[in-house]
Amino acid sequence: MTKVKKILKLFREDLVVVNMGLDTFADTLRKEQVKVVQMNWRPPAGGNPSLIALLDKLEK
Amino acid sequence: MKGIIERANQEAASRILRAKPTLVGISTAGEAIPGMKKNMILHAGPPVTWEKMCGPMRGAVIGGLILEGMAQGRAEAEALAASGEILFDSCHHHSAVGPMAGVVTWSMPVWVMKNKTFGNQAYCTLNEGLGKVLRYGAFSEEVIARLRWMAEELAPILGKALMRHGEIDMKSMIAQALLMGDEGHNRNRAGTSLFIRELAPDLAALDVDREKVAKVLSFLHNNDHFFLNLSMPACKCTVDPAAGIEASSVIVTMARNGTEFGIRVSGLGRRWFTGPASMVEGLYLPGFSARDAAPDIGDSVITETAGIGGFAMAAAPAIVKFVGGTPKDALHVTRQMYEITIAENDTYQIPFLDFRGTPTAIDLIKVVETGILPAINTGIAHKEPGIGMVGAGLVRPPESCFHEAFETFVKKYAKKRRKV
Repeated sequence: MTKVKKILKLFREDLVVVNMGLDTFADTLRKEQVKVVQMNWRPPAGGNPSLIALLDKLEK
Repeated sequence: MKGIIERANQEAASRILRAKPTLVGISTAGEAIPGMKKNMILHAGPPVTWEKMCGPMRGAVIGGLILEGMAQGRAEAEALAASGEILFDSCHHHSAVGPMAGVVTWSMPVWVMKNKTFGNQAYCTLNEGLGKVLRYGAFSEEVIARLRWMAEELAPILGKALMRHGEIDMKSMIAQALLMGDEGHNRNRAGTSLFIRELAPDLAALDVDREKVAKVLSFLHNNDHFFLNLSMPACKCTVDPAAGIEASSVIVTMARNGTEFGIRVSGLGRRWFTGPASMVEGLYLPGFSARDAAPDIGDSVITETAGIGGFAMAAAPAIVKFVGGTPKDALHVTRQMYEITIAENDTYQIPFLDFRGTPTAIDLIKVVETGILPAINTGIAHKEPGIGMVGAGLVRPPESCFHEAFETFVKKYAKKRRKV
């Protein structure tokens, strides 16, 4: 099956989505009657920019 | 930098896992604790002055001064404590730990716990029971009389029995207690029972007045928390060798004095990072409510620091009858703690999780990254001196101390990297 056919097949089937990110993405899909599994996710350091910058320093 | 930190943390975790906490004897604070002085009072948590001490810690200091014969009553003890003649210091600065107020004075008997792998020792007083007790800030005549009996009869008799028995492998005993439904902090029923079972034959064989031995056994039997003051120094001597490892972000101390919660980090020396002590959410004894509660207090969080206590709550579902919540909550707490720890304990296991090892060696970086704070279960003291225990519950520490420690850690080690 070519890549294009695979993609087209996806659009013809019922979508089941696993969302690993902001739950607003999941909420939007649920409103469209799409099945969504929302993972227990939150941004690193609770989204605190200064702590994220410090975490990045340790990654280097 | 990441690789250096990971290697340092693996070394810290390895030292914690390789520890062999062993009960080697009973002594007195004055004889055994390094740096102890007659006019010194050790207390739980990071250092705190008399002026800033919370109610239950002040109550315990008053009781300690009365016990030592340095004051006759409350007013005299308060004046002496405020005079500057009494030296206050953190138990942790003296290889010791103390539950709740954690007050240790010169003549108090202490357990001597030795880490057989690394040779370091830790010390802790003997547990008085629940309710009106010194560590919860009570200092009435019955409290002082019990402490005197503990020093004059309980400790010497237990000491003789222990000498006859020989040293006790506390790691195996704690592991067994976890398999029997304890978690080593606020549920110690199995541990206490195991300890009695271990020493009973030697107590029975002592050439001591039968009535006195019976009183000792009765005291142990009526105090489900007796084992706490053994699990605490076992954990203290377990974690101490993990301190001082360059570039390690493993948390080696968590402790509270009722005013502040403090942590120390392996790679950041002896410095404390503190934040305001939190209020505990929990269950209250009849006649008391959250309005009566003092903030979070005590060194008993050394158990969580070593990978038991709140971190092992899934092993102790019945604990929720004491601290609140449901068995499902207890399971959730343990599972969550795997997110912020480096290792799974190779000795302390949780039957319900297919004998998975308890989450061990808290990583400061993981705490900051996930935003998940260590889960602690704890007793609750009355906010006023002289009253005692009012309940027990669950608490999370203030995040500010973790953030400050993390900023210091990055500042120290990111700078080093640039120099290379």
